[in-house]
Amino acid sequence: MEKLNGLRCRECGRHYPAAPVHVCEFCFGPLEVDYRYDALRGVVTRESIAAGPPSMWRYKDLLPIDGDVAVGHHVGFTPLIRAHNLADELGCREVWVKNDSVCHPSWSFKDRVVAVAVTKAREFGFDTVACASTGNLANSVAAHAAEGRLKSYIFIPADLEQGKVIATLVYSPTLIAVHGTYDEVNRLCSEIADKYRWAFVNVNFRPYYSEGSKSHGFEIVEQLGWRTPAHIVVPCAGGSLITKIWKAIKELKLLGLIDERRGTKMHAAQALGCGPIVTMIKNDTDVLVPVRPNTIAKSLAIGNPADGYYAYKTTKESEGSGEHATDEEIIEGMLLLARTEGIFTETAGGVTVAAAKKLIERGVIPRDESIVLSITGNGLKTPDALQDRLEAHVKIKPSLTAFDRALADLKSQTS
Amino acid sequence: MPVLVRIPTPLRALTKGNAEIQAKGETVDSLVDDLERQFPGLKDRLLDEAGELRRFINIYVNQEDIRFLQAKKTTLKDGDEVSIVPAIAGG
Repeated sequence: MEKLNGLRCRECGRHYPAAPVHVCEFCFGPLEVDYRYDALRGVVTRESIAAGPPSMWRYKDLLPIDGDVAVGHHVGFTPLIRAHNLADELGCREVWVKNDSVCHPSWSFKDRVVAVAVTKAREFGFDTVACASTGNLANSVAAHAAEGRLKSYIFIPADLEQGKVIATLVYSPTLIAVHGTYDEVNRLCSEIADKYRWAFVNVNFRPYYSEGSKSHGFEIVEQLGWRTPAHIVVPCAGGSLITKIWKAIKELKLLGLIDERRGTKMHAAQALGCGPIVTMIKNDTDVLVPVRPNTIAKSLAIGNPADGYYAYKTTKESEGSGEHATDEEIIEGMLLLARTEGIFTETAGGVTVAAAKKLIERGVIPRDESIVLSITGNGLKTPDALQDRLEAHVKIKPSLTAFDRALADLKSQTS
Repeated sequence: MPVLVRIPTPLRALTKGNAEIQAKGETVDSLVDDLERQFPGLKDRLLDEAGELRRFINIYVNQEDIRFLQAKKTTLKDGDEVSIVPAIAGG
């Protein structure tokens, strides 16, 4: 089945052959994979998807892969959890957590995009992959490059959390720490990508890479029994994920797999210390004003998000909204999800929970409507964020007497 | 005011394949005019119909995004380095 028409500029509509290019030569608009939906209609069905593997590759027909999957065979199909306790705490009827903090193999949704990008890099015959990263992408590119026996160059801001540095280095990539913000690392990588013939997953492979995020959206809908939720709250860094979840829902409608009339409102979650997309939403403007990030949510610390404009448009088109979270609210959000559902997410997840809570309290998300929270990364990568916030554990000698005494102390403290 | 301008791949067809060129300008605005004099057609690629910088192009002067400076009115001096960079994804 011929499912791809090559690439197409999102802005001016010019067509390009499928190649490792990401920018329209005429208007600089981003290039996007162009599918032949007419050929897919009737071929991609609920049944054909259900017959696929328990991974993101059950949606392979809707991903830009021509041949076989090269790496990341087990990525995706993460749990969608009915969060009863969290719903009680928030005073809501129906809350779900899409838990990509346990995505295989590197514990974030980035495995979805990287599995596509690295497979595509192999299809195009590249022997080296690269990326600019706030951490999660670094982990994932290094892991999948190892699996695919490809060389990797990973560029990160020098102040990245130690957990994310170790979780990259373990795969033996070439790791380059750049003294600067992520936005500066990104600009540098754009220039490096122009000079070296590498597969930069988020630069020249962006059209393919970003499509992987759709699988997060496909899974939400399938796991809800082919039903779209009324609301999805998504953390925004570069702004691609929220855009692609929305695209996933639209594709499923286009293919006749879900009810076209049911609307889903997309809501953007960002840190107050780096929230240019939510600022666009609040000010109702499509002009993005870049910021210098200052937040504990480092995985979302992109002050000049490439897809900011499209993320804004997604919330607008879906009649959704957006909310900022302070560092304190981010911590509270992480603790709330852990305390109620036993899920330890990283700071980005704290942003999502905190933003959702505020949107519910503001009445933007009605308490009786279904809500999905996109939890995209694992808390064990950023323990530093909570270091000073958690109560010290009880230390005792290995004797029953010592324990009895400690227990009595604890009880008297809480009584 | 000669400054070094780095040209991204999508624009090199207009600069005879050159990745780096010398150009002159008191400000980013006048630099763009000089680029147009040297390489006709370049201005149209950088600015939209209203004369504003296209949405998906970022310009940096000595590694600093001009939106953090004085945008197109950012002044230039001898030896400055100007990079034209398409917006890229990330995370």
